[in-house]
Amino acid sequence: MSEILVRTGGEAGDGIASLGETLARSFARMGLHVFGLNAYQSVIRGGHVWFQARASDVRPYSQGDGADVLYCLNRETFDIHRVDLRPGATIVHDPEKFTIAPGDIPTGTKLLPVPTLAIARKYTSQAILQNASGLGAMAYLAGIPLPVLHGALADSFGKKAGDVVQWNLGASADGYEFARRHSGANDHAVSARGEGKLLLSGNQAIALGAAAAGVKFLAQYPMTPASGIMHWMAAHSRELGIVVKQAEDELAAINMAVGASFGGVRAMTATSGGGFSLMVEALGMAGMTETPVVVVESQRAGPSTGLPTKTEQGDLHLMIGAGQGEFPRAILAPSHPKEAYRAAIDAFRLAEEWQTPVLLASDLHLSENFATVDADEIPVDVPIPPIATATAPATGDFLRYAYTPSGVSPRSIPGQPGLQFVAGSDEHDEKGHLISDVKAGVPIWVAERAKMMDKRMRKLEGLRKAAPPPFLEGPRGAGLTFVAWGSTVGAIRDAMPILDAQGIASNLLFLPTVFPLPVDFVSSVLESARTTLLVEANYSGQLGQLIRQETGIPLPHRLLKYDGEPFYPHEIVAKAREVTGRGGQ
Amino acid sequence: MADSSASAPRETTGPAIPVIGKSDTKPTWCPGCGDFSVLAAVEMALKRLKIPSHNVAVVSGIGCSSNLPHFLSSYGFHAIHGRALPVAEGIRWANHGLTVIATGGDGDGFGIGAGHFVHTMRRNVDLTYVTMDNQIYGLTTGQASPTSMMGQKTKSTPTGVIERPIDPIALALASGATYVARGFSGDVKHLADLVTNGIQHHGFSFVDVFSPCVTYNKLNTFDFFRQRVYKLESAGHDPTNIGLAFQRSLEWGDKIPIGLFYKADLPTYEDLEEVLSAGPLAQQKAGLVGHENVLDEFR
Repeated sequence: MSEILVRTGGEAGDGIASLGETLARSFARMGLHVFGLNAYQSVIRGGHVWFQARASDVRPYSQGDGADVLYCLNRETFDIHRVDLRPGATIVHDPEKFTIAPGDIPTGTKLLPVPTLAIARKYTSQAILQNASGLGAMAYLAGIPLPVLHGALADSFGKKAGDVVQWNLGASADGYEFARRHSGANDHAVSARGEGKLLLSGNQAIALGAAAAGVKFLAQYPMTPASGIMHWMAAHSRELGIVVKQAEDELAAINMAVGASFGGVRAMTATSGGGFSLMVEALGMAGMTETPVVVVESQRAGPSTGLPTKTEQGDLHLMIGAGQGEFPRAILAPSHPKEAYRAAIDAFRLAEEWQTPVLLASDLHLSENFATVDADEIPVDVPIPPIATATAPATGDFLRYAYTPSGVSPRSIPGQPGLQFVAGSDEHDEKGHLISDVKAGVPIWVAERAKMMDKRMRKLEGLRKAAPPPFLEGPRGAGLTFVAWGSTVGAIRDAMPILDAQGIASNLLFLPTVFPLPVDFVSSVLESARTTLLVEANYSGQLGQLIRQETGIPLPHRLLKYDGEPFYPHEIVAKAREVTGRGGQ
Repeated sequence: MADSSASAPRETTGPAIPVIGKSDTKPTWCPGCGDFSVLAAVEMALKRLKIPSHNVAVVSGIGCSSNLPHFLSSYGFHAIHGRALPVAEGIRWANHGLTVIATGGDGDGFGIGAGHFVHTMRRNVDLTYVTMDNQIYGLTTGQASPTSMMGQKTKSTPTGVIERPIDPIALALASGATYVARGFSGDVKHLADLVTNGIQHHGFSFVDVFSPCVTYNKLNTFDFFRQRVYKLESAGHDPTNIGLAFQRSLEWGDKIPIGLFYKADLPTYEDLEEVLSAGPLAQQKAGLVGHENVLDEFR
């Protein structure tokens, strides 16, 4: 395996994210698989931000452990990240900005002082251009050919042209050349592997999948880390014919989406936990009126405003329980952009087929970080069946909420003659007429209410069968079984081969659909598992609680993290060794 | 700029296509409730305009008046409390060939739904919003509403309301509504004219209706309004002048104006949303087939 981890850090406003994205894009164009981590804070300037691009010929599912190249835009970056440097690592910095004494660097690493500011001054008085020369030096060390870097860099400026682009290309070439003359390539430098890959964030994958599934309407209120979905959709609104509405609040956003869906288009909204809390009542309305809607809930660390730019998986119980009363729903939880694309398509398929809300659970770690996919992993040719399924009855009334074995009734949309109905948030009969006010409590309507509940809830069993199935990754008889959901799965997938090399065979119970829980499969896997390890980014082990509630099976070993940071493979490895009795060896 | 009215089948009709009528559900309002007149006025307006019932969507929130969609033969969406307008906007944007009418009460629209009220108006979405304003919460048996008058004693304010009421007309004018009118349930014909013109208006039309609650509001009764209302049309009011409209909106006391306060011809949200220039969204092509080039930005 050939792998390199490059990291850069500085203050918010230093342009770290675009530096990191340019590196990640370069690796992807070399045909390597990439994971890009963008760590930032809820400030526009100041604070410490950093980006890590991990490139490998084997797909990395997480940011990985350590760094081989570290470009420090300030001293703080060096102080914070020095402990992560791997043997052979190169530290890039500009001594004109701050000094690093040769004795301060970890054993086995080396310093490459690059005159980034002096290079920048050749072109402009704008100090931000220093990044470009630092970027050039990093690219050389990492093994990125200069033309590849220049292509990615030029593209990062989009259609902008002129001096700024030329200065950046010039300064990056100077930095590249400086590194070539003053350093050998890094021990871990990579080389091109053939056809380029696509690099996209979880949010971009969700938006793209939704577009492929036929979404025509998105209403959203800005909230980190879900805003990227609205940004991508808005940028492509005209081209793809998708109405994108920034609503006045999340209440409006989901109600607009439900209205649009009732009106005859595939519709969605996206938010984080705070906004989702506001959407809860309308989610139940979608369930009650049997109006399909897709809601993306990209979690961040809570409670309340919490840590707005940090990740967590603390909203599983919220998503399962959102809304008064009971109604069918599904919760899909992809772990990687490649899965997020499929999950968005599945979410629309399920919402339409089962006429009920479907939640797509993401989190900051998935939504905002980048990973590569191959083109054939995100096929755009997705079936988009017609929305209206009803035909006007020859005699009698149209029964929008007709009792059926599956619970799914024929659906009409406004504009269709002879199929008018009223979608009611109150309990109603097969026609849609209310049984909530004058009829409630009258014996025949008491029975009707129970029948209508049964009809709706039958769809939950249908969803359980139709939703993306669970699977076991790794050998079935392995001594250790990981249980996890969402983006946390990434670090586990990266830890499994490391454990394997240490003689600890493991497998992973992966649940692309966390609700309704695939009880039979989960039970069969866990009943035969020797040792289990539940890994979740929350305080309570919410998936573990759900599994115990539904299967009765406890998961005594837990690795829970709620500090806002994503899991790293080494944390998984250490805990896995501990629970398998190999700790400290 | 798109002309959304061109694709709206508002004047089309034929013998086989029924215009609006009453549904087979009987209203559940108290005998004498002002809302009966509003239902009659909405039905009269739609009949007058010969809009096929399947091309109408009537949307409401929760409250006595919000049961209205069930009593018409059109499509309807009886949503949750306060959210009629965003649901109506979503329907309108999904298919701007439809005639969309939102109805509801003062608590629904000016209390829990006040945020949506303001924002829908500033967008000038081409829909008609008819509020049955009885200045009380009726369905929950008589608490103060956002339009209850200072001093009014209710179950929730036994010593009298100590907040000033919202002025829906002034709020609508300030928020950018392009058709602002007030009707009275005691004058159905006048009300039906206001609703008809509102539906025909190109843009957001707001008709606030004094629709007395005969059970829980013993202050703002039919008699209260009969003694006070006068018609702006008879008073020589110029509805193109927003300054004069504001002045009239502040009148409350012995003389209270009803009629058209203000009307302006401005582009609607649907006119300005470029995606809708290709026709109703529900009839447009969906998906990424043919748009594979969107993947290029990820390469």
